[in-house]
Amino acid sequence: MAPKIIARNVGKVYETRRGQVEALVDFSLEVEEGEFVCIVGPSGCGKSTFLRILAGLEPLTSGEYAIAPGDDPNKPLNNVVFQEYAIFPWKTVLENVAFGLQMRSVSKRERTAIAMDWLERVGLRKFADHYPGQISGGMKQRVSIARALANDPEVLLMDEPLGALDAQTRTVMQEELMRIWEETRKTVVYITHSIEESVFLGDRVVLMTAHPGTIKEIFPVDLPRPRSHKTTATPAYAELTYAIWQSLQGEVMRAMQEQQA
Amino acid sequence: MNHGTRNLLLYIGGLVVLNGLMTALGLWTSYWWAGLFINFVLIVLIAEQVGRRVPARHKTAYERALAIGFPILLLIAWELLVRGGVLNARWFPPPTRIGAALWDLTISYDKFSETSLLGRPWLIPQRLATEGWPGVAALFAESHVWATLGRVFAGFLIGAIPGVFLGMIMGMNKTVRLMLDTTMSAIYVLPKIAIFPIVMLIFANPFGEGPKIAVVAISAFFLVAINTMVGVRDIDPVYIMAGKNYGANRWQMFRHVIFPAALPVIFAGLRLALGTALIVIVAIEFIRAKKGVGFMTFYYWEIMVTDKMYAGLFVVMALGVILTFGLEWIGRRLMPWMRE
Repeated sequence: MAPKIIARNVGKVYETRRGQVEALVDFSLEVEEGEFVCIVGPSGCGKSTFLRILAGLEPLTSGEYAIAPGDDPNKPLNNVVFQEYAIFPWKTVLENVAFGLQMRSVSKRERTAIAMDWLERVGLRKFADHYPGQISGGMKQRVSIARALANDPEVLLMDEPLGALDAQTRTVMQEELMRIWEETRKTVVYITHSIEESVFLGDRVVLMTAHPGTIKEIFPVDLPRPRSHKTTATPAYAELTYAIWQSLQGEVMRAMQEQQA
Repeated sequence: MNHGTRNLLLYIGGLVVLNGLMTALGLWTSYWWAGLFINFVLIVLIAEQVGRRVPARHKTAYERALAIGFPILLLIAWELLVRGGVLNARWFPPPTRIGAALWDLTISYDKFSETSLLGRPWLIPQRLATEGWPGVAALFAESHVWATLGRVFAGFLIGAIPGVFLGMIMGMNKTVRLMLDTTMSAIYVLPKIAIFPIVMLIFANPFGEGPKIAVVAISAFFLVAINTMVGVRDIDPVYIMAGKNYGANRWQMFRHVIFPAALPVIFAGLRLALGTALIVIVAIEFIRAKKGVGFMTFYYWEIMVTDKMYAGLFVVMALGVILTFGLEWIGRRLMPWMRE
């Protein structure tokens, strides 16, 4: 079966007033249909840049990429769950979740039904008529995830979606995310700076080098599914997490030195 | 008796003794400024002590009492200072006299200038019976308040709507912004009353309503345009990215993302513009008008009827408050997500 996402030698150079800055070099990755791939790297390594390129929100400088369309040509190729939620404060929770469908001119009745269904699944049915300003950070991110899934894209791109949450909410949301993902089995590219999170969620962990970013190593995660936080108590989890950290450590040091220079 | 209670009694005692002594010794005439200052400090101290004793569930009521009570106290102080002969009643008529003047203005009709403050609304049924709608219109036409409001509304709408439009374009299009920003900033700081003479020359009837409304419109236009531009430029780019990623086309992006995102700042601009419109129209009515609250205020200054002049100033303030509240009410309707 052909891969769902193919990226070949993707490169990104930013033109600034002080010259060119290489953000991404020779980045090649294939993601299978239904696979959950996590990309981990030190801050500023260009992982979010890669995601935005995949999302079509930023042009690439060199290389090529493609997301394979599905059977239904009307379905969007990708949708992004942003770190800052990026749900619209001026729309109610329901209107936010129905946003993608509304943009595709799905009738009001149909999109409301789909959005309500997703709100039910993320446990926010009661908050349908609230505005984002009236709900907590964890709930906002649930709205953001429901907005993406209600739009039913071919692939889901997640840019550190839990990064802004506190540690406890984050742990709860990781499990919730796993539960929802098991229901849909969508192809996911998930950006994070947390090794623990990437091992817990992913089928594969892609480790990136510090600036300029490219792939350093790819770790398959052979932990059984469905996973819960009990998984994190197993030796296999601990060993893999440590192995990735050993590989990442040097890159983090380099990134820190570069920032000081 | 605990520490706080002793302090509270001390401050209240101090307040009584201070005012008693000053009155008994006739110190108010020379030292009214020191008396007012010490009174103010003591009242702040007392209010803070009282505030500490207010239970949490009555906090709102207490805060409201401070916000309303203190201005009333100021008015009482003013009244007493005039009655005690400290302030000259000719230049600072006491609030009770201003109130009476305001009532007098409200019910009376000035035959000389053929005007009244509100247009004598109680005559509407009678006029409607004898002269029909033209009679009612004539009543409105004699009113200072309606003359001012009409100019403010007309100028505000004529200026603000294109202002929002241009501000949107300047916010979204960098070329237009670079071309216009310098000019806009330069005209923005110009006192608009300074262009009134040239605007008068442009109109066929320099003494009519046209130039007055035009200057109000110009004032509102630049304020609204600049605020709208800032509102659009300050939109968090992540909203634009989200809109794009979820397939919004140009019109949808404007309708669902850019416009609502900028709306709070646009409304801040509209509020500023409405206040400025009132300032400008009063200034213009001072210079050249036969009607209007500004004209009325200036007219009573010229003939040295100061209590009616103050009543005019009061009407200007009241109009400002009412207009601002009205605009905020509309704003809350349009932006339900801004409500707490």
